[in-house]
Amino acid sequence: MIKTDTIIIGAGPIGLFAVHQLGIKGLKAVVIDNLDRAGGQCIELYPDKPIYDIPAVPECTGEELTKKLLEQIKPFNADFFLNERVDEVKQDKKNWIVKTNNNNEFYAPNIIIAGGVGSFEPRKLAVKEAEKFEGKSIFYSVRDKQKFKNKNISIFGGGDSALDWALELSKFSKINLIHRRDKFRGAPHTLSEIKKLEKNGKISIKTSCQLESIDGDEIIKSINVKYEDGKIENIKTDFVLSFFGLIMKLGPIAEWGLNMNKKTIEVNSKNFETSKKGIFAVGDICNYPGKLKLILSGFHEVALASVECFKRARPDEKYRFEFTTSSKTIQDRLGKK
Amino acid sequence: MPKITYQDDKGNSKTIEVENGLTVMEGAIQNDIPGIDADCGGSMACATCHVYVEEKWLDKIQKAEEAEVDMIDMAYEPKKNSRLSCQLIVTDELDGLKVTTPAQQS
Repeated sequence: MIKTDTIIIGAGPIGLFAVHQLGIKGLKAVVIDNLDRAGGQCIELYPDKPIYDIPAVPECTGEELTKKLLEQIKPFNADFFLNERVDEVKQDKKNWIVKTNNNNEFYAPNIIIAGGVGSFEPRKLAVKEAEKFEGKSIFYSVRDKQKFKNKNISIFGGGDSALDWALELSKFSKINLIHRRDKFRGAPHTLSEIKKLEKNGKISIKTSCQLESIDGDEIIKSINVKYEDGKIENIKTDFVLSFFGLIMKLGPIAEWGLNMNKKTIEVNSKNFETSKKGIFAVGDICNYPGKLKLILSGFHEVALASVECFKRARPDEKYRFEFTTSSKTIQDRLGKK
Repeated sequence: MPKITYQDDKGNSKTIEVENGLTVMEGAIQNDIPGIDADCGGSMACATCHVYVEEKWLDKIQKAEEAEVDMIDMAYEPKKNSRLSCQLIVTDELDGLKVTTPAQQS
């Protein structure tokens, strides 16, 4: 069990800034996120898109903002637990125990939920049968490509993941690349490589069609795709790979007994505490009168939440409000001489 | 104010007045119309405000830009008349528009 002052759930911009606000107050934190890297929606949804409303930063991309925040919190050496989703939150008197799907356990007086709209998960195939084949014949990512050797593989999607894996796996398997329209979003270079392979029969490209049904008992035998004109084609398939990007799912947060409003958590706007003492919610996931889903609002929210976190983590110490410009203590914590 | 009709996949529909300048997505969210999630808040980054536009309106609404069509690739059961409702801005010309929400958004 890992003991700390604050468990931060979500490594988006607000979760990262939480490390800073806690850090300057001398509090330790761990950050847990289901994605494989920090940045949340900024890095997953719009890494290259510009953001124009960060105060004093006229323009930056989601990726740049993430990088800068990581740089800003470097002095605090927070431990990151990525690729992990928090499944369980339990109370132990005045403290909280948090368990992840990777069997890590954390213990702290404070939890800050900076979970955005929930955790990112792969978008699943729409047909009903897809679920029972998941993990056996249907995959939403490739961990070990050896598994896909000398097989018939049907790949769904029109972006880079679909194109890249079609190209890679075509080295040792028969590939069907299936997309709902004839235009692909992926890199033109990859597409032209694929078109070459199509000519010598390594890859077969099927466009303007979508998955209609799946045949098979334990494992997939074949799939049926339906074209826009209504025509159905049966395709012999051992494995289906589907790349329709990621979707945000609220997931287990809904079961932690917090007061919720649709997909958001109710907080007070004084210290952003939820209906449970010591659990705070900040950023897009919190809700209070006048809430705006802006990054800058999240920064403010977590600054206030961190004060209450201090009071809970250091009940015997007096909280002193300090400025970073003039506080020797804070400058020490930042590693400034 | 223009009237917009939101129909779910089972055929239940609700017609509401939506202020000019709002998006069809915002009209739904502000009036608690189920079936539109809009997780990203309207930044064309999630495809959870996906709707099917009634055929006769397809020529009257503004055409989807490439980024929207790319995003619709990710939507649940996209069709020819699929649009992201966060990109449909309500004007007087859209009075009477009917959209249908898919069986689910993700």
